[in-house]
Amino acid sequence: MEIKSMHFKANASAKLADVVLQRNLKSSKGKFVAKRAEAIKDLDDFEGTRDAAAAIRNKVIDNLDLWLERFERKALDTGAKVLWAKDGAEVCRLVVEIARKHGVTKVTKSKSMLSEEAGLNHALEAAGIQPVETDLGEYILQVDNNEPPSHIIAPAVHKSLDDVADLFHKVHGTPRKTDIPALTREAREVLRGHFLSAGMGLSGGNFLVAETGSVALVTNEGNGRMVTTIPKVHVVITGIEKVIPTLEDLSTLMRLLPRSATGQSISNYFSILTGVKKPEEHDGPEHLYFVLVDSGRADVVGGDFHEMLRCIRCGACMNHCPVYQTIGGHAYGWVYPGPMGSVLTPLYAGIENAIDLPHAATLCNQCGVVCPVKIPLPDLLRKLREKQTERGLRPLTERIGLRLWAWVAQQPRLYALGASVGARYLKWLAGDTDRIRLLPTAPEWSLGRDFPAPQGKTFRELYAARQTRTKEST
Amino acid sequence: MRIGLFVTCLVDLMRPRIGFATLKLLESAGCEVIVPETQTCCGQPAWNSGDAPGAVALAKKTIAEFEGFDYVVSPSGSCGDQIRTEYPGMFAEEPEWRDRATALASRTYELTDFLVTVLKVDSVPGDYEGTVTYHDSCSGLRSMGIKKQPRALLAKLKGVTLKEMNGCEECCGFGGTFSVKFGEVSAAIAERKCDNILASGAHAVVGGDLGCLLNIEGKLRRMGDETTQVLHVAEVLAGRV
Repeated sequence: MEIKSMHFKANASAKLADVVLQRNLKSSKGKFVAKRAEAIKDLDDFEGTRDAAAAIRNKVIDNLDLWLERFERKALDTGAKVLWAKDGAEVCRLVVEIARKHGVTKVTKSKSMLSEEAGLNHALEAAGIQPVETDLGEYILQVDNNEPPSHIIAPAVHKSLDDVADLFHKVHGTPRKTDIPALTREAREVLRGHFLSAGMGLSGGNFLVAETGSVALVTNEGNGRMVTTIPKVHVVITGIEKVIPTLEDLSTLMRLLPRSATGQSISNYFSILTGVKKPEEHDGPEHLYFVLVDSGRADVVGGDFHEMLRCIRCGACMNHCPVYQTIGGHAYGWVYPGPMGSVLTPLYAGIENAIDLPHAATLCNQCGVVCPVKIPLPDLLRKLREKQTERGLRPLTERIGLRLWAWVAQQPRLYALGASVGARYLKWLAGDTDRIRLLPTAPEWSLGRDFPAPQGKTFRELYAARQTRTKEST
Repeated sequence: MRIGLFVTCLVDLMRPRIGFATLKLLESAGCEVIVPETQTCCGQPAWNSGDAPGAVALAKKTIAEFEGFDYVVSPSGSCGDQIRTEYPGMFAEEPEWRDRATALASRTYELTDFLVTVLKVDSVPGDYEGTVTYHDSCSGLRSMGIKKQPRALLAKLKGVTLKEMNGCEECCGFGGTFSVKFGEVSAAIAERKCDNILASGAHAVVGGDLGCLLNIEGKLRRMGDETTQVLHVAEVLAGRV
């Protein structure tokens, strides 16, 4: 997917001015938050489960090559083929090759963020193969001129019921309706034909289980099962970091994933798919391919940001993020929005291509405290800021300003003088009022709020005066 | 008990009365309070902006200034957290400084936490009367566990009624340099906070971090609200200084 993260600030500004989006964000805000808060009460030891989940993910990431080889051996035993892709271009090439080999002209797709990373739909279309998104949210976006998703588990969360009603009326040529079950039925009627006629199904993978060579899929609409069992060919595309050791580990992680994501104790559908169709079985694919993708992940292993690879893609960080909830996912400009995206985008798409993202956070740590695998997201964002500074990627004025400020703050007398002058200057700006309408030193502040006036003298001045008075009186 | 008061750069510049309120609260609880005059800033703006060398230099300065006291107390969960949580991790390659940072961290407290947890005060001198709502600042709440302490202290004031707002634990959108780098987004987040404050119907919004309070006051006034008071918890607890 083309990266537009360097335009974050302008994008965010446009999103704030988008009245419809702001209304949609306000109406969806808090729904996932409240449901998650309720769902985690089921667990006797939520914190302990988070620790256990983080430990499972660490165990894999620390020896990723070994676990991948173990998964590969098991998967081969089940009759699957395992292919490795170093980047998005290779994903596209491999998938097109598989489709051509099996004479496929139509591919049904269950949700896969990696296919978004790779820009796979575009590559399939260019090769004359029709991709059909079957997750309802993804379908809505595909028929709306291939709009990108704005959330990793609720891709069309930025759209309202009215938006979808208008869209379906336009693209399906049916009478406009706003009844949700009726709209869903309409999409289902369109999709049913595709499910039955596609030569190949393509899915992501929530987890790869090394013990059994299986892929685990967490879905809510049942489309995942149609995609993975009806066509003769099933292709799983997923990141190399998604492997976990055992089914027991899977059960631990599954206690957290649906609860953290949608506030469900378990998703409507949960599938563990292992191998190709056996002779005695009635359904399942005759050919199963795993396309395991690096796309920057291997470089993260063992480095300053390795904890990010624990991510299980639940979306809780963005659901709780004040910035995401205010501007929506598109402003972030690439596949992954919100706090996890602000770490992943610089790592996978280039730190220089996403200068604003690590800074686009208040470091409130709401993301860190809800993350089911305890990724210290604010720390990682801060470390990215450090990397930017080390590489001289921040604006020169900002770097000089910070250095100068830090130097002055190390000179107490100079600092005290600066603070006295500053307090008086701000007081002067406020005049006889209690506020400054336009802050010349930081105009951005004034865009949407006033700046309260200072008292006029610094604490250190007033305290020194008080100490003098006390001494004089004794 | 000798306390080093870490005033914070923002209180020094903007609201000295919060510093004096803090002094009054500690002194009225029987503490000997010293205000090291060379103190400036804990270095958090540099640390959070990716200037590690600048932040480390300021951390060393602060450690040297404050390590001689029994405790360090600050009217800020954000600055307190910088010393308590961040300092020890800043010296991976300087074990001597790491030890000094760790020793200081264990004796560093946010004001309300110190009054409740260490001093276990029975009463506070304030005399505020009215309904207040409490904004939980992010670092204090999620990193230092400041939640019950300010509420327990406010409950000691007879004239104060606490009325919780919706989303009291949600970020106000300040975020330090975030507020000037992404002013529009920051102000939009502040608006949601202010909507909740206004909906609570409280006379005053009270908090423990001046950064958040400046953001909230600035937004309330821009929204046309002229009546809701915006107060630091130290001001409410200390009364007139």
